[in-house]
Amino acid sequence: MTSLIIILLSAILVNNFILAKFLGICPFLGVSKQVETAVGMGAAVTFVMGLASAITYVVQYAILVPFHMEYMQTIAFILVIAALVQFVEMVIQKTSPSLYQALGVYLPLITTNCAVLGVAIINISAGYNFIETIFNGVGGALGFTLAIVLFAGIRERMVTSPIPKSLDGFPIALVSACLMAISFLGFQGLL
Amino acid sequence: MVGELITPVFWLGIMGLIFGGGLAYASTIFAIEVDEKVPMIRGVLPGANCGGCGFPGCDGLAAAIVAGDAPVNACPVGGANTAKKVAEIMGLNADLTDRKVARVLCNGKNENCTEKFIYYGVKDCKEAMIASGGSKGCQYGCMGLGTCERICPFDAIHVTADGIAVVDPEKCTACGKCIDACPKFIISLVPASKGVHVDCSSKDKGKDVKDVCTVGCIGCQICVKNCPEKTISFANNLAKIEYAGCTECQICVQKCPTKAINSQLKKLDEAANS
Repeated sequence: MTSLIIILLSAILVNNFILAKFLGICPFLGVSKQVETAVGMGAAVTFVMGLASAITYVVQYAILVPFHMEYMQTIAFILVIAALVQFVEMVIQKTSPSLYQALGVYLPLITTNCAVLGVAIINISAGYNFIETIFNGVGGALGFTLAIVLFAGIRERMVTSPIPKSLDGFPIALVSACLMAISFLGFQGLL
Repeated sequence: MVGELITPVFWLGIMGLIFGGGLAYASTIFAIEVDEKVPMIRGVLPGANCGGCGFPGCDGLAAAIVAGDAPVNACPVGGANTAKKVAEIMGLNADLTDRKVARVLCNGKNENCTEKFIYYGVKDCKEAMIASGGSKGCQYGCMGLGTCERICPFDAIHVTADGIAVVDPEKCTACGKCIDACPKFIISLVPASKGVHVDCSSKDKGKDVKDVCTVGCIGCQICVKNCPEKTISFANNLAKIEYAGCTECQICVQKCPTKAINSQLKKLDEAANS
């Protein structure tokens, strides 16, 4: 039980996918203009990452390993993720058209969100069992959500701040993302 | 050897089939009823995705028209023809508005307007704007470096040999891209049917205008006093024709001491002859 909590906390804070591993930067910068859409994106990514972790674990140990096809890992995992993203897209389009509009092109881009493929591959290479895999996947996604929502809060404030014109837009966003990453480094001593 | 090849193909194929089947099933559960009018309207819209209507692209406008958020003639690019087709699909009569075109409100050709200095920089109005607002003597004048020409999706605005940009009213679709691109803010939408315009944007005092340009509005207000329809207003040292009341009598054109008010005489002559 303790090890599961450690995995969860480590995935959320210490090994935060965005701020410590620098995976999934594209949606992090793209969908972080409003807290509301950031929460929606976080929820979509959490769903995809959690489910992708579970399914890729099954695919790895039920199909790839028995048939000695470990080298097909990337393709098989991408297939799983792409199908999941399609599914999430359908669900969101049906349940919340406004969120669908707000997420825009970044929703199908979860397919190529390296954090999702990253968590699947890290799960396998770290040798986690099924339960640990799910905790790591959900934890990583929660860490992603935490980072993107905090960042969206900062960017909402930035809109009304007097920012020098040369820094306006992406430059100041990248600078503040960098400062966030440095502050998250403080969690390194946690475990 | 063959087995090594077939195994991955087989298993990945099975996985693909399972996911594909699952998605096909999910798509029937989560199917969204799209109004069939949307793709039909999208079909008759020009498809330039210029955003001139204020909606995000032609898809956005088509959805807005069907939802009733936009009038059938909301597309400024397609004009009357598109409005008619959209109205047919929607089963409405098109309440057609007057077509508008962009117009560069400056006649500061090289022969009319002085230069402050010789500009050797990048041939772009926005770049030149950084260099003391461009080399043109008049700070409100068209610099003629063609930022509008390059941004126009319809090849309707060109910098002439005289050094100012001129809109071709035939090709102009009033999408508004040049209006946003012009760093001097001197391009406006005007009714295509009207032929008399104040071709000056200078808000300077009369003497300052006269020093740099021979065809600028000097704020004498002769046109305001002489207009029989009282449809010329005056603010910020600049006369402005309220097009709604203009009858194209051309009295202002004759009275203007600097010829800042232009009429498209050729067009009016043709109308008179026919």
